[in-house]
Amino acid sequence: LGLSWWSHVEMGPPDPILGVTEAYKRDTNAKKMNLGVGAYRDDNGKPYVLNSIRKAEAQIAAKKMDKEYLPIAGLAEFNKASAELALGDTNEVIKSGRYVTVQTISGTGSLRVGASFLQRFFKYSRDVYLPKPSWGNHTPIFRDAGMQLHAYRYYDPKTCGFDFAGALDDISKIPEQSVILFHACAHNPTGVDPRPEQWKELAAVVKKRNLFAFFDMAYQGFASGDINRDSWAVRHFIEQGINVVLSQSYAKNMGLYGERVGAFSVICKDVDEAKRVESQLKILIRPMYSNPPINGARIATIILTSPDLRKEWLEEVKGMADRIIDMRNQLVANLKKEGSSHNWQHITDQIGMFCYTGLKPEQVERLTKEFSIYMTKDGRISVAGVTSGNVGYLARAIHQVSK
Amino acid sequence: DSIPFREQYGSPPVSVGCKMTLLFSLAAYRTDEGQPWVLPVVKKVEQKIANDASLNHEYLPILGLPEFRANASRIVLGEDSRAIKENRVGGVQCLGGTGGLRIGAEFLRRWYNGTNNTATPVYISSPSWENHNSVFVNAGFKDIRAYRYWDAAKRGLDLEGLLEDMESAPEFSIFVLHACAHNPTGTDPTLEQWKQIAAVMKRRFLFPFFDSAYQGFASGCLDRDAWAVRYFVSEGFELFCAQSFSKNFGLYNERVGNLSVVGKDADNVQRVLSQMEKIVRTIWSNPPSQGARIVATTLTCPQLFAEWKDNVKTMADRVLLMRSELRARLQALGTPGTWNHITEQIGMFSFTGLNPKQVEYMIKEKHIYLMASGRINMCGLTTKNLDYVASSIHEAVTKFQ
Repeated sequence: LGLSWWSHVEMGPPDPILGVTEAYKRDTNAKKMNLGVGAYRDDNGKPYVLNSIRKAEAQIAAKKMDKEYLPIAGLAEFNKASAELALGDTNEVIKSGRYVTVQTISGTGSLRVGASFLQRFFKYSRDVYLPKPSWGNHTPIFRDAGMQLHAYRYYDPKTCGFDFAGALDDISKIPEQSVILFHACAHNPTGVDPRPEQWKELAAVVKKRNLFAFFDMAYQGFASGDINRDSWAVRHFIEQGINVVLSQSYAKNMGLYGERVGAFSVICKDVDEAKRVESQLKILIRPMYSNPPINGARIATIILTSPDLRKEWLEEVKGMADRIIDMRNQLVANLKKEGSSHNWQHITDQIGMFCYTGLKPEQVERLTKEFSIYMTKDGRISVAGVTSGNVGYLARAIHQVSK
Repeated sequence: DSIPFREQYGSPPVSVGCKMTLLFSLAAYRTDEGQPWVLPVVKKVEQKIANDASLNHEYLPILGLPEFRANASRIVLGEDSRAIKENRVGGVQCLGGTGGLRIGAEFLRRWYNGTNNTATPVYISSPSWENHNSVFVNAGFKDIRAYRYWDAAKRGLDLEGLLEDMESAPEFSIFVLHACAHNPTGTDPTLEQWKQIAAVMKRRFLFPFFDSAYQGFASGCLDRDAWAVRYFVSEGFELFCAQSFSKNFGLYNERVGNLSVVGKDADNVQRVLSQMEKIVRTIWSNPPSQGARIVATTLTCPQLFAEWKDNVKTMADRVLLMRSELRARLQALGTPGTWNHITEQIGMFSFTGLNPKQVEYMIKEKHIYLMASGRINMCGLTTKNLDYVASSIHEAVTKFQ
């Protein structure tokens, strides 16, 4: 048959997070825990399909809708509802219409569309500044889109908290008109968010340095349990006159992971600019996948625009957020009970799905080898994987490897 | 282009006052009542999925739903595919045919003919689906060329020009081939002509990238519509095939596609897939589950599979009927010119051969919306409007030359 075209193609490196799950699956220990998973689990460790989502799905099934192509920019109703969720429906931006929102393939798709848009139209800079650390996929997304990556200080390993001084220092030195990315809430992977007063100072320096702000909001509602509180930073920046761009994901807060529901928004000078931006976003989307999938967007739209379902959804989101907060509290309480002398306050100070425990790689390895507890080497745990049934075991194990 | 309906998705026929506005520029199937058609088998499977409380919305793997990928590749390569038996086939679930083309193009730009060789020429038929060009440009290729395809004078395939262009193409060039039902011309090479094409491509080391958006929809027979792809595989080619299930499953808005990769052996295919995973991860991370579930469920159940083939044949047969009915009317009217191309062409589209003035007349005076190229979507024809469309074409052709 001859030589292959692909003889020189290297085997791609295994995905670090997937690797954790693979190893977990192979483990036969009955007490094993998967704390690498980036998806919510209920208190029985099971995936959770929200009741409000099931109801919306039933409505869709009953309506017997067609399967015609969506427009390139997606479901218009969804786009509008998504922007309103992020900014509040009384926001001046919404009222004036000086924005464009396009439906995207969840958060990743939104980031990629945004990054590609910047590569083509942000003529001032190729440089994108990410917090250190950031979600692992941010770097390859922006790089593949043709941008260059840099970092600003964010996480302080000494306090397991926010390095506010370091962040301000770095950001004040970023070349003007660079792109700076912020996690709107529930920072991934650290769980460390700035407080409102700190956000205000960040906005001020962004404005002063004339930086272009790109918000990634993958956990609205999921962080504090309150959708308005979680989007406060985004709204504050806009209020300060900073025309941000925003990526939204409904993977976690609606549990729509595999349906790929997301949105990308550009706050513009005026309606005319918004229309021109929209036309260019469509030109970027068309050669990627033509138009987005409808199923998840239909579900999300029904949820967001039906008063009863929206209310129920908000309660369920709060329920998920509350369970996570509860697990954080229980973990710290159990660590104290175990007799740990370390300060574990960061576990309850941090917010959202993830927690940077502060554990070192050697300690993480021991957790895995001796206790069948699986997590990423950086000491990150998914609190969503913790249940009232296994939090005691987790505390005991952490204490054993850290005493 | 400035034609209205440039965004050709999702708008059903519209009534403008008492004048009918007929949309023939859409790329979607319509029933004889001019309505979208959700396949009965799809309705059945969706109900099954809706009633299955054990299903959730968890992430699919990056490369997609395993049962979907394997079965989708099986559909295009055949039940008895040696390549599948030899374990040298891989599938990547993508967002429609477009997504499959994009992932394939991104991979080729990174790993084909060297590493990151953006200079490899990419040949796209003249004419072709207009998005082909954008896909390869946006994937980073710098040298996109056209290969001769449509002979406007004889209203058929310009085989001589096509083969000449392949002979003179630089070795290792990439050729985008329409597996069947060429869009927009509806003109496919015959089996013998495909053999000639394959022979040249083999000798010149040209890479075949098939776009298969109409399998089953063209002739009504899945195997027949996949003949070219399977022939190339049997000739030992390594190739890509971007499959769309938008038309043959009517799942347009669920974005169901599969990029089939055929390689020399399992090891090569595994490495290719591992790199495609990296590419997918930065564009959409993992694909949407609903459409893939519907297709996988259908393809893996013999009863549902049979029902699906039947639904596909229904669509294909209606299009074939409209073709023969339109041709018969034009011939009966004595419309100047020859009209056998209407029935010789295949699939959703037909290159009517109408020139820009004639097209303008059709749009402005007769409210029949077709593309400036003269491309008409045969699915827009119904038993009710056949007479009107035929007489309109007759008027256009006799009024303008």
